Amino acid sequence: MTAASQVSAHPSITHPLNVLVATDCGSTTTKAILIEKVGEEYRQTFRGEAPTTVEAPFEDVTRGVLNAIAEIEELSGRKILDGDKILTPNRAAQGDPKRGVDIYISTSSAGGGLQMMVTGVVQNMTGESAQRAALGAGAIVIDVLASNDGRLPHEKIERIRTMRPDMILMSGGTDGGAVTHVVEMAEYIAAAEPRPRFGATYKLPLIYAGNKDAQGQVKSILGEKAALEVTENIRPVLERENLAPARHKIHDLFLEHVMQQAPGYKKLIEMAGAPIMPTPAAVGVIMETIAKREHLNLIGVDIGGATTDVFSVFEGVFNRTVSANLGMSYSVSNVLAEAGLANIMRWLPFAFDEQTLRNRIKNKMIRPTTIPQTLDELQIEQAIAREALRLALIHHKSLATGLKGVQQERTISDVFEQQTSGKTLIDMLKLDLIVGSGGILSHAPRRNQSMLMMVDAYEPIGFTMLSVDSIFMMPHLGVLSTIDEKAATDVFVRDCMVYLGTCVAPIGRGKDGERLADYELTFPDGRVVRDRLKMGELRLFPLGLDQKATITMHPGKHIDLGQGLGVPVTRDVQGGVVGVLLDGRGRPLQLPADQQMRVSVLTRWFQAIDLYPKA
Amino acid sequence: MAHSYTPGLTVTEQAVIRRRRQLPLPGQVLVQVGDHVQANQPVARAELPGKVYPINLANQLGVAPDEIKEYLVKKEGEAIQSDEILAESKPLIKWLKTEIRSPVTGTVESLSTVTGQVLLREPPRILEVLGYVNGSVVEVQPKQGVTVETTCTLIQGIFGIGGETWGTVILAAKSPGDVLRPDQVTADMEGKIVVGGSFLPAETLTKAKQLGLAGLVVGGIHDKDLRALLGYDLGVAITGTEQVGFTLILTEGFGTIPMAQKTFELLSAHTGEKASISGATQIRAGVIRPEIIIPKQAGAVSGRGAATPQREGIRIGDPVRIIRDPLFGKIGQVSALPSDLQKIPTESEVRVLEVKFPDGQVAVIPRANIEVIEGA
Repeated sequence: MTAASQVSAHPSITHPLNVLVATDCGSTTTKAILIEKVGEEYRQTFRGEAPTTVEAPFEDVTRGVLNAIAEIEELSGRKILDGDKILTPNRAAQGDPKRGVDIYISTSSAGGGLQMMVTGVVQNMTGESAQRAALGAGAIVIDVLASNDGRLPHEKIERIRTMRPDMILMSGGTDGGAVTHVVEMAEYIAAAEPRPRFGATYKLPLIYAGNKDAQGQVKSILGEKAALEVTENIRPVLERENLAPARHKIHDLFLEHVMQQAPGYKKLIEMAGAPIMPTPAAVGVIMETIAKREHLNLIGVDIGGATTDVFSVFEGVFNRTVSANLGMSYSVSNVLAEAGLANIMRWLPFAFDEQTLRNRIKNKMIRPTTIPQTLDELQIEQAIAREALRLALIHHKSLATGLKGVQQERTISDVFEQQTSGKTLIDMLKLDLIVGSGGILSHAPRRNQSMLMMVDAYEPIGFTMLSVDSIFMMPHLGVLSTIDEKAATDVFVRDCMVYLGTCVAPIGRGKDGERLADYELTFPDGRVVRDRLKMGELRLFPLGLDQKATITMHPGKHIDLGQGLGVPVTRDVQGGVVGVLLDGRGRPLQLPADQQMRVSVLTRWFQAIDLYPKA
Repeated sequence: MAHSYTPGLTVTEQAVIRRRRQLPLPGQVLVQVGDHVQANQPVARAELPGKVYPINLANQLGVAPDEIKEYLVKKEGEAIQSDEILAESKPLIKWLKTEIRSPVTGTVESLSTVTGQVLLREPPRILEVLGYVNGSVVEVQPKQGVTVETTCTLIQGIFGIGGETWGTVILAAKSPGDVLRPDQVTADMEGKIVVGGSFLPAETLTKAKQLGLAGLVVGGIHDKDLRALLGYDLGVAITGTEQVGFTLILTEGFGTIPMAQKTFELLSAHTGEKASISGATQIRAGVIRPEIIIPKQAGAVSGRGAATPQREGIRIGDPVRIIRDPLFGKIGQVSALPSDLQKIPTESEVRVLEVKFPDGQVAVIPRANIEVIEGA
């Protein structure tokens, strides 16, 4: 299943696209960017933003869109708006190239995004498949109900009743298998009479993508109670997932039903030259496009105020998860609740009173738009970000798995290596690139801070490139790639991605100061650095954007760089705005339990790479 | 960005506010446009469908799903009492008879011959929506609810827990900087809305609960005390349904923070008057802040307050509160609005403003870290 395949039929655009304006309507801010064809390539030239206006007193999302575009008008001197209308196409042919744009496109996660409830029969089989289908389509999954989820029938019904999702996806059973359980779930849903989150008068959209033999019964039970759509089974046989048809349906119903209820979206849909996409679905599309184009295994993360989305593409398989309550402002207190105070405090290079830290985190939760003003406040936020990123990846790994419940053929060689089905697809050793996005990563005062936050949270092993999204334009480029892949790719490479550099991290540990590996780093200008990477060391070598160096590592006999214990490795490493980071802190990364020692170790690491200004 | 500051909390002597009183599902509206309603008066009523209890009769009787109709003692749509026989088997020998009794009182709602399930539903529950504030009905949404308007003193808090309640405002602190000690909370405060100063210690929280206070309004509390009160760590600020015995409203935040002078003075001025309060807070999309509404008596209204004052932006002279460390909680006036980005100690380049404090000191603060005190 690919992310791109979830997008509905591309609109037919007949005129050339030379000037484009795109917006992303987020929960709090609507961000607009202008993309122009400069010579033969597309560049992002101006941007503007304005508060999102889904809520009272405006209750019309297009107000925020027009305000954000008006800011671009001011900055660029281009006439884009004619009252409440966007001038299309561009009037270059009429001799007025500074008037109008060729297309307007948008993504949206305003009003809490697309919230879905999914059902299956067996929780870790069809339940998980349904979850993957919904997540991949850009939804937040608010609950997964399954026949074997441990809840009593009346508890299930009560749960369906109290939740107010935007949409329900029902799955369950393989084609031709037993129908009883899936019909039973349909009966529970019918009894609960679920109501949608927005709008009292319309029926809740419900997609049935389970055993095809139960379609008739599901129709007779739910046909009158919900806006029922039937599509192909997402798990026609145990060994295969078929998520594309369900994702198409989710996307269609999102446009036809859910968005029609949100304030101002009818107008927005009319204004746009291509279907509006849920923001995370658009980010998924662009992540997958990069992975395919560069033949990479990648992990992408978008850490926002309320949620953290994780995307991965491994061996061509796309997965997305959303940790709905891990974020840096609205959900900051939940990071504390889930990670625990000790895990946050372990990243602080100073001692801090527990009660004050708790109060500060709560104060950030109730005033989410504030920013750190002092260095210690910045370090606290970056400590919280490390934990949010770490927890979101753990969540992602648990869902980005092979199919569970699949019978495996075993040969004699498997006697020594018993693997269960449903193993995570996230292999950190095969990971080529980490892409970070979201305010805390994109706007960190120093880029090496973004790099170290991701390295500390993800603990990459072997050789891994890291990058950040410069101004959070991946959603815009995702939707753009569905109508003009070249334009999206041009902007992505030139203006969106900021390569930070490469992290080289040997696997294994030793005593502090012990040899991990001897290395020889040859720079593009012929300069060679030969040295020893010791346990507990962090070293940074500047290596510019678009530059490559060659590194040879001779690891100690208990140390692995991906080729086996003690096996030397030579390979090229990519530079970036930070450079090449040799991480000798050992894997798994462990911090001293003693506070004084931990502060001293962190201070040493942070100083080694000049992470913060001197106090 | 023109609006790069946090819209503030409203603290005003007189405002005209409207509150929508909506049923969660269609029902009956009990009042008409123009009616005067009281805070504790029902304005709309609905029947909440009862809980559903599925019973798999086919499994329990050991018969095929399509045969269950034959074994039912009570038919679809019939009423049934708790422990009454719902279905029974028909063996040749009476002793082997299996009886399935109803676990609830209600009706037999439906049965399925595919799964062999019978759904029982408890009787509906009456759900009433109250007026919440003393005021007049200005709009009726048929079958859904009403909008009540009132001219009042309005004070918004920053965070609260607990739902809607009402009572007489009573002052327990002498100044906005006072810590509300347990001995300042007394038995005669039962059912009242008690105003403290800068901080509410855990011991006072416990005593307030014992004495049955209706509400508490203070500058701040410690997060650990909130956790102890709730029994869990609050992860996301969506509140209003907590059942801790009273409604709690923080006007400033977490920690010991003196209540803003204006808030304290306004509450002092209305001691002895009836107020409606709600702790409901929602920080995400569609911000809801806790509120204290003190409706004006007919003779006390001076002109007509603005319904929803809309600001165009921040101006020199505006009273502001600093909402982030290191000067968290301090109140001053905007003294300059430089337009260029400035580098702050974190090395971020941000838009800032200058704030002059009552002692004459001036500080440069990121615009994101102040809150305009609205209604000033």
